[in-house]
Amino acid sequence: MAGKPKLHYFDARGRMEAIRWLLAAAGAEFEEKLIESSEDLDKLRYDGSLVFQQVPMVEIDGMKLVQTRAILNYIATKYDLYGKDMKERALIDMYTEGVADLGEMIMLLPLCPPDQKNTKLTLIRERATNCYLPAFENVLKSHRQDYLVGNKLSKADIHLVELLYYVEELDPSLLANFPLLKGLKTRVSNLPAVKKFLQPGSQRKLPGGEKSLERARKIFKF
Amino acid sequence: MAGKPKLHYFDARGRMEAIRWLLAAAGAEFEEKLIESSEDLDKLRYDGSLVFQQVPMVEIDGMKLVQTRAILNYIATKYDLYGKDMKERALIDMYTEGVADLGEMIMLLPLCPPDQKNTKLTLIQERATNRYLPAFENVLKSHRQDYLVGNKLSKADIHLVELLYYVEELDPSLLANFPLLKGLKTRVSNLPAVKKFLQPGSQRKLPGGEKSLERARKIFKF
Repeated sequence: MAGKPKLHYFDARGRMEAIRWLLAAAGAEFEEKLIESSEDLDKLRYDGSLVFQQVPMVEIDGMKLVQTRAILNYIATKYDLYGKDMKERALIDMYTEGVADLGEMIMLLPLCPPDQKNTKLTLIRERATNCYLPAFENVLKSHRQDYLVGNKLSKADIHLVELLYYVEELDPSLLANFPLLKGLKTRVSNLPAVKKFLQPGSQRKLPGGEKSLERARKIFKF
Repeated sequence: MAGKPKLHYFDARGRMEAIRWLLAAAGAEFEEKLIESSEDLDKLRYDGSLVFQQVPMVEIDGMKLVQTRAILNYIATKYDLYGKDMKERALIDMYTEGVADLGEMIMLLPLCPPDQKNTKLTLIQERATNRYLPAFENVLKSHRQDYLVGNKLSKADIHLVELLYYVEELDPSLLANFPLLKGLKTRVSNLPAVKKFLQPGSQRKLPGGEKSLERARKIFKF
């Protein structure tokens, strides 16, 4: 039965935000079932709804999918955001994983012990400036097309643009020397579905902050 | 030009071993170009061969692919180890990611500071026993078929069986209460291509040990 996808997570970006971005960019409406306490999470576990006892979990097309990459790949295939053949998929996967590597560093920064935070932040800046942002700028430079792969919007563009917003939140100067990335960010942000998602009041989540981290610690017990 | 895939990595399991397993199980011959010093790694970087300056890198079908998941997904598609449709791919991805989560913990254990090692090991044992191994046992129990997805060998089975070998190396007692997993391990190990790969003298790598870790530290500078 094809209802709207239903996203199970707590009220934060975390590992679900990439899924929200992708569904939104695909023009797919979705619902969210918020986990607000550790009891809510336990209930999902006892229900047998979570294959590995973890969220994100997305109910979609009769499946209860867990594992962010599995969910993202399914959505991308369903909405034709995964290239036209296996070679394009390989490039999309390669770029997606690079985005994920830098994105993971940024996402985990708030969890860093205070005495390590500056070191971590410096590393993030260094990797962004010397490795990841140049890599993606060079891809766009190499073919001068509007999108990373196959001259067509794919999940790789959505994930990258989402990351560029987080990089900008962290330190706007990091994007300074990457004109093609800035162009991609603008271009993708102006797509009608993405533009709508970027407006206030959409299902896009704001940065968490201390209160959100405390709530996560209570729910997930870490 | 379709020559053999060429794997660029150092002489260890690390993040390349899953790729070696998958190619071997697919019956695909491959070559290895060993990185033996930090100069070897620098050369690959200066050549522009590494999109994100990292290995694994695999030359295959005219591409220089990096990022383990991109490489594995491409190989799986090429050798029909990725299911028959998008829903089977979703299940395969889901199970693959669960394997990767436990596998990552096991792979990083040797890098753990000595005073944290016991805690880490206990966590691995607990997660294997209470989360991951039961999840996969239950999948097999749910359909009683020979393979995890679609009654046919897929990358999910290869990755899981490889993991089961590592779990067994760590602590054989962990597999004790999982008869269907033991059956899958035996069944997959007896496939001709896998059987050959499991023999001494194949391209399968042995556990690293202290010397291998020291060599990695020199090459990758960590």
